[in-house]
Parts: sequence; structure tokens; C-alpha cells
Amino acid sequence: MRRLRLPWVIAGLAVVALVLALASLSVGRVSVPWAAWFEADDPRAAIIFGLRLPRAVLGLLVGAALGTSGAAMQGYTRNPLADPGVLGVSAMAALGAVLTLYFGQAAQAPWVLPLAAMTGAVGGVALLLALSGAGSSIVTFILAGVILNTVAGAGVALALTLAPNPWAVSEIIDWLMGSLADRSVDDVRLAAPFILAGCGILLITARALDALTLGETGARSLGVDLGRTRLLLAIGVGLATGASVAATGVVGFVGLVVPHLLRPLVGGRPGALLIPSALGGAILTVAADILVRLTPAANEVKLGVAMAALGGPFFLALLIGLRRRIA
Amino acid sequence: MSRLEARHLEVRLGDRTVLDRVGAAFAPGQVTAVLGPNGAGKSTLLSCIAGLRSPDAGEVVLDDVPLVQLSPRKRAQRIGFIAQTPEIAWAVEAAILVGLGRIPFIGARGLSREDAMIIDRAMSQAGVTGLGERDVSTLSGGERARVLIARALAGEPEWLLADEPMAGLDPGHQLDAADLFRRLAHEQGCGVIITLHDLTLAARMADRILVLARGRLLADGPPQAALTPAVLAEAYGIDARLALGPSGPSIEIAGRVR
Repeated sequence: MRRLRLPWVIAGLAVVALVLALASLSVGRVSVPWAAWFEADDPRAAIIFGLRLPRAVLGLLVGAALGTSGAAMQGYTRNPLADPGVLGVSAMAALGAVLTLYFGQAAQAPWVLPLAAMTGAVGGVALLLALSGAGSSIVTFILAGVILNTVAGAGVALALTLAPNPWAVSEIIDWLMGSLADRSVDDVRLAAPFILAGCGILLITARALDALTLGETGARSLGVDLGRTRLLLAIGVGLATGASVAATGVVGFVGLVVPHLLRPLVGGRPGALLIPSALGGAILTVAADILVRLTPAANEVKLGVAMAALGGPFFLALLIGLRRRIA
Repeated sequence: MSRLEARHLEVRLGDRTVLDRVGAAFAPGQVTAVLGPNGAGKSTLLSCIAGLRSPDAGEVVLDDVPLVQLSPRKRAQRIGFIAQTPEIAWAVEAAILVGLGRIPFIGARGLSREDAMIIDRAMSQAGVTGLGERDVSTLSGGERARVLIARALAGEPEWLLADEPMAGLDPGHQLDAADLFRRLAHEQGCGVIITLHDLTLAARMADRILVLARGRLLADGPPQAALTPAVLAEAYGIDARLALGPSGPSIEIAGRVR
């Protein structure tokens, strides 16, 4: 594909994200005419600004976090299958969060659950990098991710089995499935600083990710400090993914699909892929959330479930395409 | 004048000694070829001198400053390195790959007009100007090797270290590359250190030759002085001599030493 100039790619994606965010404000069970949006005493304005606005903003933020995390992890590992979901980082964040729900601490203060989720995510990335070691092949990364996913999944299952009451079980399951429904401005306020900080930290690694195109030796010969890059990656992905999982539960595949689709547009340079992936992630997440809301069903389909249904086949296609490289 | 010196380098892997007190000082404006049989420690020596590997003992000194005291970025601005089997992870255009050579200089900012000029010049020096928009994954092995040389030149290094840069090049392109390395050294004052397997090519292109065997430095000097029958026998186990033909020196191999 012909490479486009990076500023145009970014501008184009930003416009699409903005349009979708506006669409997200106007779509839902209740139809609100434009005229009613800014009528202070119209209760329908509260639907727009109290319910739909946080939902749209959170969708943009979470999508951006997952897209950037996926792009950074793919760049660092030089592996197009890397993503916080596939490599178990989201699962570790979920385990951290579920433990606070299980022990009942989540109800004590609003920051407990996000903090535990981010701790789980940072720990997840650190474990992943430690388990797979330097200069790892695709196979070792995927295996390390399988281990993390399995361990975190077992931890969550254990929490469900041992849960003190059915209320806790349903709360955990509901949260695990991943959704943007019924989020408030407070949720946005809690997640936004960490997601923005995490994405910002990942942007610092752009040059190092570019240099890693030449492998670890090549990057070091270009003066890249790989230890520092690893640290920034762990903290950046940990904050962004952890805060996202805390706010919306596990939404998979955004980080896998988006960088993969956008890579040809930016000419393959991993550092140039970060900002477009943030915007692309935001677009995909908000678009999927709009679709979920338009689905005619008594209960809204969970965003995490819808994304998994989309992402599964995509992952399969990617794997088939890569079979020769892995074998 | 810039000076790069390896002092008493020792590298051990388990109980195997990869480098055994190897020392050599390098001056700019020369092509030095590091020769030796497989497993002699050539690549290890080169990556130590490039500052990419810390020796277990000894040190590498650049202008009287130990390399370990330089920041990775400062070091990368002065020493260019081409790895033996360089990985290229993504399908990027050749010009973008060459542009990666500017990373030690640009930090977080983008490529300036001046950087673009340097990249163009590096590509024309390496003879890959026409490949700029080609995806590197579609290049032949030889084209890729030349693009990687251009990548190193884009850093305008004072010192260029290349591990087997001739591997994968056909004879014609080997001569082009040899010519390029010699011009870099003799006309631009770059210090060029490369590892090679082709003894004749080394004898013809290098101003100075180091012969390593089992981690020890066997010989160090101009080709005629370094490539003696005794050294060749001990290093490679071959019965060979350096002959001066009408087209330059070449190595005549009679057979294995028994």
C-alpha cells in the first residue's frame, strides 16, 4: 500500500474518532433531538451529558490506551501478535481488580480497584519480559502470555468459587465481561489521568521502538538504552491497560487488531504507529460500543463479548498468515 | 587524532575463554581486518570494541575515556556497528531503514532537511539510491547488506565496525564494498574495523590484519607481516602462503596441515 504522510493519517483518524464520539452521544434507547441538548431544564440533556458523554469519553480513552499499548508491545517484541489481551496483561489487571472485589476492599474507596488493576498490569508486563527474556522469539512470548493468562484465569476462577456471596459473584462476572454501560463522570475522572500518563510514557519510547526494527543489537548500537525502554514499556502499558481494565473490565483484541491494520499506512515504522494506533483504538472501541447499543436485545450485549467475537476470527486469520514464520 | 584502544580484553563463557587478554590500538584512516577460524572470538572482540558487550576483564578506551563511561547515545554518535546477521523486523522502505542511522543524533525530534541530505549521501555512497522506496523484505540478500551499510554510513561514524559485511555479497559487490570501506578510511579518515573470512580479500583491502585463534591474538600487522605460513597453519590448520601476483596479493592454499 502507498504510504501516506503521517500528519494526514493522524488528522484523518482524529476526525473519524470525533465524528464517532458525536454519534455515540446521539445513539441510545431514548432519542434526544438536537434542540434538547442544551436546554438546561430538559431531563433529556442529563442523558446526553450525564450518561452518554462519560460513556463516549471513556470509550475513546480505553480504546486509545489499548491501541497504544498494543502498538508499543508489538514494536518492542517485534511481534505482530503481541497485545495486552493475548499476552495476559489484561488478565493480570483483571486478577488484581477481582481480588479487591473478592475481599470487599473495592467498596471502601473508589481508587482501590484501579490501583490493584494497575499493579496487576505492571506486574504482568514485568513478568512477561522476565519470562520471555531478551531477544525472544514469537513462540516464547506467546508461551509466556499463555502462562500469564492461565495463572490469572485460575486466580479469577478461584475467587469466583470461593466468593462469600452470590452478589460478589455476579458483580465479578458482570465486570469481567467488559462494558462501557452505566459509567459516570467519576469513572472518567479516575481513569483519565492514568490512561493519559500511560500513553504519554509509551510515546517516549517511539524512537527506541524504531531502532528495535534492527533487533536488540542494532538498537543498542544506535545508542538505545534497552533497560530504560523496558521500564517505560512496563509502566506505560501497566498504567494505560490497568486503568482501562479497572474502568471497563476486560476488552480484548483492540490492541492486536488496530496496530496491525494501520501498520501499512505509516510505512511500518513502529514509533510512527503509536499515535495512529491510539486514535484507531478509540475509533474501534467507540464504534463497537455504538453497535452494541443498537443491537435489539432485552439485555445489552457486553462490549468485551462483542469485541472477542470480532477479534477471534481476526486473530485466527493473522495466525494462519504467520504460520510460515512461526513454523 | 581520535584513538580507539582495546586493552587486555578477557571474555569467558562458562569455563571457555572466548577472548584471552586481547589488546590492540586503532588509528583512524585505516582498514583493519580481523581474521580467524570459526569460533575464534572475532565477533566477540568486535562487539566489545563497539561497546555492545562488556568484557569480563580489560577495557576499551576511546580517546583516553573508557567506553563504559560514555552515554550510549554519545557512543553511538561516534561508533557505527553492522551486526553479522542483522534482523529487520518490519517491512519498511529502504530509505526509512537507512534513516534509522540518524537516531543517535535526532533524539525525539524528526528528521531535518540536513538529516535527509546525509541519508541521501549515505545511500549513494553505498550504491542503493535506486532502492529508496523498495520494501526491505523484497530486497535480495546483497541489496539488503548494502542498505545496512548505508544505514551505518548515515550515522557518519568516526569508527565503523562491521561483522562479516561481505557475507552474502557476490564477488562484484564484494569488490564494491571493499572499495567503499577503503575510501571511507583513506579519504574520509574513518577508522574501519571488519571481520572477514576471505583471506585474499582481506590481504587486498586491509591496511592491517589481526589474526585471532582460540581467543588469542596470533598476529597483528600489515598483510605481508601478519599472514605468514606459520600463522595461517596455527590459526586455520592450513598449509598456505601469501603470494604476490600481478593483480595483487592472494592466498594460495596447498592443503590441510597434518
